[in-house]
Amino acid sequence: MKKIRVGVYNFTCCEGCTIVLIEALNKRYDQWMKKIDFVDFRALKPFKEVHDTDIALVEGAISTEKEVEKLKHIRAKTKKLVAFGSAACMGFPSNQRNDFDDRKMKEIMPVLKAFHHLDKVSPLKGIVKVDDEILGCPVDIDVLIKKIDGYLKNA
Amino acid sequence: MHKIEIDIENVSKIEGHTNMYVKIEDGKVKECKLEIDENQRFYKKAAEGLDYKMLPVKMSRICGTCSAAHTLCSIEAVEKALKVEVSEQTMMLRNLLMNAGHLRDHAMHLYFFCLPDVFRKESIFDFQGELHEWIHDGLDVKEAGNFLSTIIGGRSVHPPFAIVGGFTQFPNKEQIKEAIAQLQSVREKIIKIVDVFYNYKKDFNRDTNYVALSNNNYNYLKGNIKISKGTEIPEEDFGKHYEKVVLPYSTARAVKWESKDYMVGALARINLNKDKLHNDTKRDLKTYLEKFPSMCIFDNNLAQAIEMLHNVDNSIDILQKLKNNIKAEKPVDVKVKAGKGIGVVEAPRGTLYYDIDLDSKGIVTKADLCIPTQQNIINLEKDIAKHVEELIAKNKSKDEISLSVEEVIRAYDPCMSCATHFLKINWGD
Repeated sequence: MKKIRVGVYNFTCCEGCTIVLIEALNKRYDQWMKKIDFVDFRALKPFKEVHDTDIALVEGAISTEKEVEKLKHIRAKTKKLVAFGSAACMGFPSNQRNDFDDRKMKEIMPVLKAFHHLDKVSPLKGIVKVDDEILGCPVDIDVLIKKIDGYLKNA
Repeated sequence: MHKIEIDIENVSKIEGHTNMYVKIEDGKVKECKLEIDENQRFYKKAAEGLDYKMLPVKMSRICGTCSAAHTLCSIEAVEKALKVEVSEQTMMLRNLLMNAGHLRDHAMHLYFFCLPDVFRKESIFDFQGELHEWIHDGLDVKEAGNFLSTIIGGRSVHPPFAIVGGFTQFPNKEQIKEAIAQLQSVREKIIKIVDVFYNYKKDFNRDTNYVALSNNNYNYLKGNIKISKGTEIPEEDFGKHYEKVVLPYSTARAVKWESKDYMVGALARINLNKDKLHNDTKRDLKTYLEKFPSMCIFDNNLAQAIEMLHNVDNSIDILQKLKNNIKAEKPVDVKVKAGKGIGVVEAPRGTLYYDIDLDSKGIVTKADLCIPTQQNIINLEKDIAKHVEELIAKNKSKDEISLSVEEVIRAYDPCMSCATHFLKINWGD
């Protein structure tokens, strides 16, 4: 049986949901590895470029122009894009600067300009089509396992 | 003129996004830059205006990897500001939460990030045949920490049960017994990986200053600041000794201790405090501990492995004491008032510092932080420069040098999410 190609990607966030995914491996490693080929997973293997995937698990919100381009590229290379975690699904809490008052905005403006930040931090669905969302800050480990098991069953 | 450039984009098997650039001319390193490429989320600014109760909840989100440390360090700062004294049981539970965080975090770093270098594999996914058991050792050790985090803190990432004044939920006797059994079952596995990092010899030393919290039983929450090239200071004085440095090529700031590079983390802790480790850990790891104090950054991996056993032994002791006596204590009542508070804890990657001001309504008016990875950046760059020059003198190939550079970065176990919590730069105009 051909393995399902999965990519794991992170944008602006705390990477806590990737940690939950790595903790989920404690329970599912052997089962998942029979069916999944993690083609991109920078936390666990060298990463050079985005590969074609069946499922892209994407964590984090989009805060820079560079991230917009990378997310669009991941979208073009995957069949199913899954936003996991609150930052990817809703922007929160990586988007906290969206609500800053004028004083705070003035203080962070040099950084926003220097690193080509967007005017507003966006959830993934503000930029590309998202096929599924797994909410939570962080995602609940049992919900994540159930979701991934479900994707594998239906693939 | 003989020039070599090493440019590693997207360093893998670490927490967060970073690139490394080294420029060498005639065997000498001319430039050596850790270019952290993580986007700022402005946590320090976001903290201003928060109610004190919300501060730990917010600051935990700086980093999924080190969330227990951020939670407990910001809680300590708030409790100092409000002069809150918590119960002995609360401190026991907090120590367990910290031990659990260190255990699962070190396990991820050692088994999943560093072991592939030792076995010359790209990743743990390539561990086939006789190497396969290392994957399960890693998962089991990680799970022992994950389970302990879950019963004490509610979950391992952003633990919801730990609040200002105490805890909101408590483990039951069955869960405590299960945690003890899991911890006991991974002791031998940990000793096995201690042996691997002990025998993974690297010919590299560089003298530097080591800084860590120090106390009588190697806990990560209380004590004085010990400095290998200096005298011990109370934790409240930590802020008087460090200064922040802008690195224009990085989205993170670096930190110096009295204008010089220094190192925080497991290596600093073991170098300074190894005689305070749990007696069972000292007994079973006697030979390995003789390697310290060490000036070799690769021994940070060995130091983390040793700490994993201490975390297990120390946690078993605390759990045994709690097993028949744990009470559902109400968190301490807090009287809101204006104040200043400093929290210092040993996060998995080193000393974490919070300095906050509250107004009379308990609203945060200032939050300053000093993060382990920021403190290690300059030390890391200096280690890489020295190591690269030594490898060039030994006629090593560019590929071998690149891999060694990555190994140095991974040995530091840097955490880029933490390092870029906030940046304030004066860009001239």
